[in-house]
Amino acid sequence: MSSETKQILTTDGIPLEVSLKKAEKKNKIKAFLLVAPLLFFLIITYVFPIGDMLFRSVDDKMVTQMLPKTFKAMENWDGQELPDEEVFAAFHEDFIKLVEDKREGKLSTQLNYTKNGFKSIIKKLRRKSKSFEEGNYKEQIMAVHKRWADVEYWRAIQRRAPEFTGQKYLKGMDMYVNEEGKIVSVEEDRRIHRVLWLRTLEIAFFVTVFCFLMAYPIAHLLATLPMKYSNLLMICVLLPFWTSLLVRTASWMILLQQQGIVNDFFVGIGLVADDNRPEMMYNKTGSYVAMTQILLPFMVLPLYSVMKTISPSLMRAGKSLGGTPFVAFWKVYFPLTIPGIGAGCLLVFILAIGYYITPALVGGASGTLISNQIAFHMKSTLDWSFASAMGLMLLSGVLVIYWLYNKIVGIDNIKLG
Amino acid sequence: MSKQKDFVKFENVDKSYDGKVLVVKNLQLDIEEGEFVTMLGPSGSGKTTCLMMLAGFETPTNGEIYLGGKAISSIPPHKRGIGMVFQNYALFPHMTVYENLAFPLRVRKIPKDEADKKIDKALSMVSLQGFASRMPGQLSGGQQQRVAVARSLVFDPQLVLMDEPLGALDKNLRESMQYEIKHIHESIGVTVVYVTHDQSEALTMSNRIAVFNDGKVQQLSSPDELYEKPVNSFVAEFIGENNTFNGEVSDISDGKCKVKLANAEIMANPISVKSKGEKTKVSLRPERALINPKDKMDNIHNGKIEEVIYHGDHTRVRINLLGNPEFILKVPNSSANLDIKLGNEIKIGWNSEDARALDPK
Repeated sequence: MSSETKQILTTDGIPLEVSLKKAEKKNKIKAFLLVAPLLFFLIITYVFPIGDMLFRSVDDKMVTQMLPKTFKAMENWDGQELPDEEVFAAFHEDFIKLVEDKREGKLSTQLNYTKNGFKSIIKKLRRKSKSFEEGNYKEQIMAVHKRWADVEYWRAIQRRAPEFTGQKYLKGMDMYVNEEGKIVSVEEDRRIHRVLWLRTLEIAFFVTVFCFLMAYPIAHLLATLPMKYSNLLMICVLLPFWTSLLVRTASWMILLQQQGIVNDFFVGIGLVADDNRPEMMYNKTGSYVAMTQILLPFMVLPLYSVMKTISPSLMRAGKSLGGTPFVAFWKVYFPLTIPGIGAGCLLVFILAIGYYITPALVGGASGTLISNQIAFHMKSTLDWSFASAMGLMLLSGVLVIYWLYNKIVGIDNIKLG
Repeated sequence: MSKQKDFVKFENVDKSYDGKVLVVKNLQLDIEEGEFVTMLGPSGSGKTTCLMMLAGFETPTNGEIYLGGKAISSIPPHKRGIGMVFQNYALFPHMTVYENLAFPLRVRKIPKDEADKKIDKALSMVSLQGFASRMPGQLSGGQQQRVAVARSLVFDPQLVLMDEPLGALDKNLRESMQYEIKHIHESIGVTVVYVTHDQSEALTMSNRIAVFNDGKVQQLSSPDELYEKPVNSFVAEFIGENNTFNGEVSDISDGKCKVKLANAEIMANPISVKSKGEKTKVSLRPERALINPKDKMDNIHNGKIEEVIYHGDHTRVRINLLGNPEFILKVPNSSANLDIKLGNEIKIGWNSEDARALDPK
């Protein structure tokens, strides 16, 4: 406001702006109090744990804190040859402390992630260290196992010195930092993650395509049938939606297995020989079939909500103006459903890319996705930092797709209902 | 080229949606080439169904429709070459005005420069030059409506159907659009079949009006004839204002009849009554009755003024006349002081020719 403009006062002589703010303050506080419970709930149960989990993917303080003196002594080591006595002595001191706290097992697990072979030599070191004499720890430790005299292993320890690391992310892409500090790919026969990433994208893409192909006509029927039929059809669409995911997946197992109903039917009509029943489960086919069925409602509903708003007179107009039914559909109806297609595809793709239970149950070895690998590291290897690193990679992948979608179609065009 | 008399012909057309009720009953209708015919009727009278059968979106249950002498029941809508304006305009919302108009030309594979000329012409016809690049959502209701009209005409169809195209517009806009559509029709001579439930719209625009009720055409005639000479009491009551007397024919001779009311007798023009003793409803337009008539009239009765409503250009007077308390008179404002005051007794007169004795329904 320029200084020349006369300040507007209320009848009480208070500046209007002040008065307005005062009047609105109460409403703002009320509004905040209304959303506050949910806000705190979300912060406590969502933002905080997820943030913490994601932080784990780069957090490498554990080893740093277990071997503080060693890393301090290693600051002067050039890493070319075996470290000198000072480092060995510091390592021994840290190690004794860890043994006292019974934490040396954790150390061995952690170091083993960096380089295989630490587990056994740390166990051995713990047994032998009880009889160590004071002084000349280098000789004594090196005598425990020949690997302790290998400079590679000491370099592996040194690589764990920083408090933060991006190694888990490299590992998720089947890459690692080698001894020279360069980022390289692991040997070809050990590249399991890249295959999984590609398979995840592939399955998510095709599931989206199949869902689209099947949902479009259903949604169109739903939107155009008379009420009494469309309600029935809507229930047919929603009924599986209300059924437990596990139950639905299990029923697919019953249907698709080699002695299952679908195979029995094929044999019954003579399509396949009884002794040559095709495997439709525990492979990609199983994942495709079950995931398409389960994710179908997520495609039908946004499509339906968009089609419902398209006036039938538009198609009629297209036809009366001379367009064949196909031209009227392709030039008039289809472009108007794009917001629904976009919403449905985005939804199905994002859900499919992180799908877990269904591929775990019916996917077998060739039908599992990256999320199954994440679960495996969460539950079996307990390498949570790796699991959360892959989780974050998955999340960023989804965000990239979202961004691309926004660039190409525009997020404002999305219609979820 | 002589104009084809029965350019559009409905022959014994029946239509039923559920197999139980006939929505259109044995419809006969001929429309001349270049004519503006309105299908007028209350909702549910079958007029829109007729239009949809003509456009090809509904098939007749029985009978046949001819367009230019050819039976069209088996021709799909997109091959009929009929322009259509829909109730809610049905403009393609994702296309500009230009693309909307280009749609019928593109599907006909008309070269671009020729198409551009046609589009320009169509847009100037509805005075929307310069709007070609707008989206329909950026136009007002009236403008959208005009785009819809232009789109239905841009490919030079011989026949244009309009399904209550002005229903969504406000009163002033509706009236000006009525004239605009009428002028377009006059200037290009296309045959128009227009559906509406608004009688003043029908009277303003049409060459002929088909009044629909109960799946049947009650009367098909020019607007003036429809208003002046309704053939049955439904038409008389549906079109314009109407004073009625229910009674019984007591005498009939020389093209005149006497109708006995509860406590009086009036002279009327026998239209649908033929013999003594028939029940009848006598219909009289408000402007045909005069107050204190100077000329000799064969019906002159006394009535009491019950209500006087000032309307600007005329005054409506409600009179209790011959046991009908709803008898309406319209008095033009230019006329001399006629002593129209509430509660006055006055003389009302009319010619028996204007009092049409119709069916008693």
